[in-house]
Amino acid sequence: MSDEKSKRPSEPVISRRSFIKGAGAVAAAASLVGVRNAEAEEAASNAGIAERLGPGAQSIELKINGATHRLAIEPRVTLLRALREHLGMTGTKQVCDRGACGACTVHLDGRPVTSCMMLTVDARGHEVTTIEGLGNPAAMHPVQGAFVEHDALQCGFCTPGMVMSVAAALAANPNASREEVRHATAGNICRCGTYTHVFEAALSATNASGKARA
Amino acid sequence: MSRRVTLSLGYEGNLQDVVVVIPDDEPTPWQWSDKLDIVGKPTPRVDGPLKATGAARYSYDIELPGMLYGAILRSPYPHARIKSIDASRARRLNGVRAVMNMDDDVVRFAGHEIAAVAAISSDIANDAIALINVEYEQLPFVADLEAAMASGAPAVFENGSNLAKPRESALGDFARAFAEAEATHEGTYTTPVQTHVSLESHGSVASWEGDKLTVWTSTQGIFAVRDDLTVYFKLPGDNVRVITEFLGGGFGSKFGAGPEVIIACRLAKAAGAPVKLMLSRKEEHLATGNRPSSVQKVRMGADRGGKLIAIEVVQHGSGGIGAGSGSTGPFANVYRCPNFRSEERNVFMNTGPSSPMRAPGWPQGCFALELAMDELARKLNLDRLEFRRRNSEHPVRAVEFELGAKAFGWDEKSRTPKSNGALRRGIGVAGAAWHALGVSGPEAQVIAHRDGRVEVRVGTQDIGTGTRTVLAMVAAEEMGVALSRISCEIGDTRYLFSVPSGGSMTAPSNTPAVRQAASHLKQKIFRIAAPMIGADPNDLEIRDGVIQVRFDPTRKVAFEDACKRIPGDSISAQGERVMNYEGFRHDQAGCQFAEVEVDTETGIIRVLDVVAVHDAGRIIDPMTARSQVNGGVLMGIGFALFEARRLDPTLGIVVNPTMDDYKMVGPLDVPDIKVMFVEVANGITNTGVLGLGEASHVASAAAVACAVYDAIGVPIRDLPMTPDRVLTALEAKA
Repeated sequence: MSDEKSKRPSEPVISRRSFIKGAGAVAAAASLVGVRNAEAEEAASNAGIAERLGPGAQSIELKINGATHRLAIEPRVTLLRALREHLGMTGTKQVCDRGACGACTVHLDGRPVTSCMMLTVDARGHEVTTIEGLGNPAAMHPVQGAFVEHDALQCGFCTPGMVMSVAAALAANPNASREEVRHATAGNICRCGTYTHVFEAALSATNASGKARA
Repeated sequence: MSRRVTLSLGYEGNLQDVVVVIPDDEPTPWQWSDKLDIVGKPTPRVDGPLKATGAARYSYDIELPGMLYGAILRSPYPHARIKSIDASRARRLNGVRAVMNMDDDVVRFAGHEIAAVAAISSDIANDAIALINVEYEQLPFVADLEAAMASGAPAVFENGSNLAKPRESALGDFARAFAEAEATHEGTYTTPVQTHVSLESHGSVASWEGDKLTVWTSTQGIFAVRDDLTVYFKLPGDNVRVITEFLGGGFGSKFGAGPEVIIACRLAKAAGAPVKLMLSRKEEHLATGNRPSSVQKVRMGADRGGKLIAIEVVQHGSGGIGAGSGSTGPFANVYRCPNFRSEERNVFMNTGPSSPMRAPGWPQGCFALELAMDELARKLNLDRLEFRRRNSEHPVRAVEFELGAKAFGWDEKSRTPKSNGALRRGIGVAGAAWHALGVSGPEAQVIAHRDGRVEVRVGTQDIGTGTRTVLAMVAAEEMGVALSRISCEIGDTRYLFSVPSGGSMTAPSNTPAVRQAASHLKQKIFRIAAPMIGADPNDLEIRDGVIQVRFDPTRKVAFEDACKRIPGDSISAQGERVMNYEGFRHDQAGCQFAEVEVDTETGIIRVLDVVAVHDAGRIIDPMTARSQVNGGVLMGIGFALFEARRLDPTLGIVVNPTMDDYKMVGPLDVPDIKVMFVEVANGITNTGVLGLGEASHVASAAAVACAVYDAIGVPIRDLPMTPDRVLTALEAKA
């Protein structure tokens, strides 16, 4: 038993579940070995790539929250790491580091993206907006104000990403429904389980912006 | 030295006079009749703007000049002896500043710490880890619960059994009562290992100045970390300062200085520079704690009148190389049964260590207890809520069952047909219990400044429950000033001592110290104000920021004008948290109702509706309290439906150490949740506040499991209730 329940006699030899379990073990074993695929790198390098960067630090320009930043950065550095470790913008959080939790969500040209899944060099030529660019404690964005008002945060670690997802959704559709808000935040995990208040906050921001226009 | 006061305690419809003896310098405990201005009003948390804008500084956000980044090399094997470590290539890598080995030469789980490096960037630190060459002698291991218990199983600890001595307790005569019971039920219930998945990982920024150490760390117990570090580094307590301004969750996994904290400090010392070492998500799943598994064999019997007369639960479980897998608490606490027997056995195996997790042992036990209750109720042909009412003796829970059933629509939903094609609906109810009374120990300081600001300082921390907010509200209430005047400083061992934030202890342990400190400060302010209006300090009161003579409100002075007369810059007072008084009751009840819909073709369960009814003494902030209950419910739904750490027992490794493979509740899984509180004036402290974090989580998975049983007519006795288990159960039934 332990984590896995004891075998049930009625179960076929290879169930969907045991197949998935087997696949997971293979993936985990591969990640432990940490294979370096030199041939693949070699092949890619010759495949008509328009621009060749790295592996050393590269001087690039980024447009973040309306300001232009010049920084020297290795091409392997993710946008999340660049924001946090190179630019000191620590509002954006790293949680899963593989696009599964939404905590690192920023806006790229107004669209929500997970900054842990994006290389910094790929953000060149785009407008990046981080949580710091949305508002500050003295002048909060309406979505941030709604989060406070509805207590849509507990430990607060998912909050910047959650706010960015909601803000992008409401910018795209100021009259989003509860169901649309749920889907807009579907990629954001909150371990404190504060989703209900997030939906309430988002809906109140929706109504407020609706009223403002009317 | 002390005085006797008669307090009106209890809850709506059940009030009684209780005499308590309290120290002279303690404010009289708030009682039922006290009408408060700030406490009890829904209040957005005071640090909300910092969190909503990303301005809140977590340990993970700390940046120091010259700071290095640490990384840890972990064992790929579940049990091995380290024969040699060659870190020469790592040391030579450009940018590496320190390399260290752990002291032990045996690793006991895949993920156990072996060595660590500090480098000028996190990428280089990880590159360096990959360059360390370790020669292992692999040892026999066991990563399966039943295999670990077998005779001849590989020993997790040399010269020690994998099987701890059973912990037993008994009341009455179980065997006789079980034999005499009108209806009996027997079943075995299992729960998986759950991991905490705090969003902020474990870790620290460590900085030395000579033999003085400052550590920003993600912890639920700053003083516990300080104590561990003073012992490890043989330093006087004053030399270690621990800071946790903001904490990205913990759920029980962040008490004390874990290996990753010690490693950060050692690397910083070796490198002569500050080191930040925050764990990766994978490391979180492997090595920073988990809720142990459980296998619970339950036997239960009731008499003709539907009264429980016999309960036995024999349980074992494993928290890997950690102990503490017992889960039988709810069996002895939620319902009354005169003949009771329990047995708990902890089993060691070669997997990551357990740590306390939100109501340790109780969600597991409550799941087994409540599903067994439903199976027995069915044999008795008794409504499941009625069966619980007959066996629950807690008067507050009786009220909660009543309120909850009405809000949930238990009777109507019981009559609704279950089937709609392939979709079947079901309802369940489960009782909760906890004992978040808090402890003595914390001290608080409250400071009034000449400019009229009031500052609260306590060495506690906020795990996410709103500690700053509730402490500020209590201080504002007692001082008679607006909440906006109060700031609350926590999370630094330079403040007065407080206890770890766990077991729902923060609010009940700290609010009484803050209230006492505020009442002392108020007296000092009265002594300053009295001559300003020619009054005796003893005749003064303060309301809405105005100090006035109690019997002549025309003689008054504004609080901030009195503050202007403070000699020097500020005036402060301290308060201590005294031992609990006798009060009304020393326990908490609670209950939760759930409605589910089961797709009998896919096996997918959706939770539609939850009603959670809880008591936590006096609720300071109904808004943050509701947030906590929402969270307790949702974490319980995750435990019921999704969460399980999966092991490959042949390799001894965790196969789902990520947030995409370890499934948790997301926004699309959230049901409608209605949270209700039964206010109880309990008088056990001057605030009468109890905690909520655990109580709100105990019954959640159980209520869902009972609802699924109701929906499909067959109990699923193993968590999580994954689609394949639902389909297997339906097949077995057919």
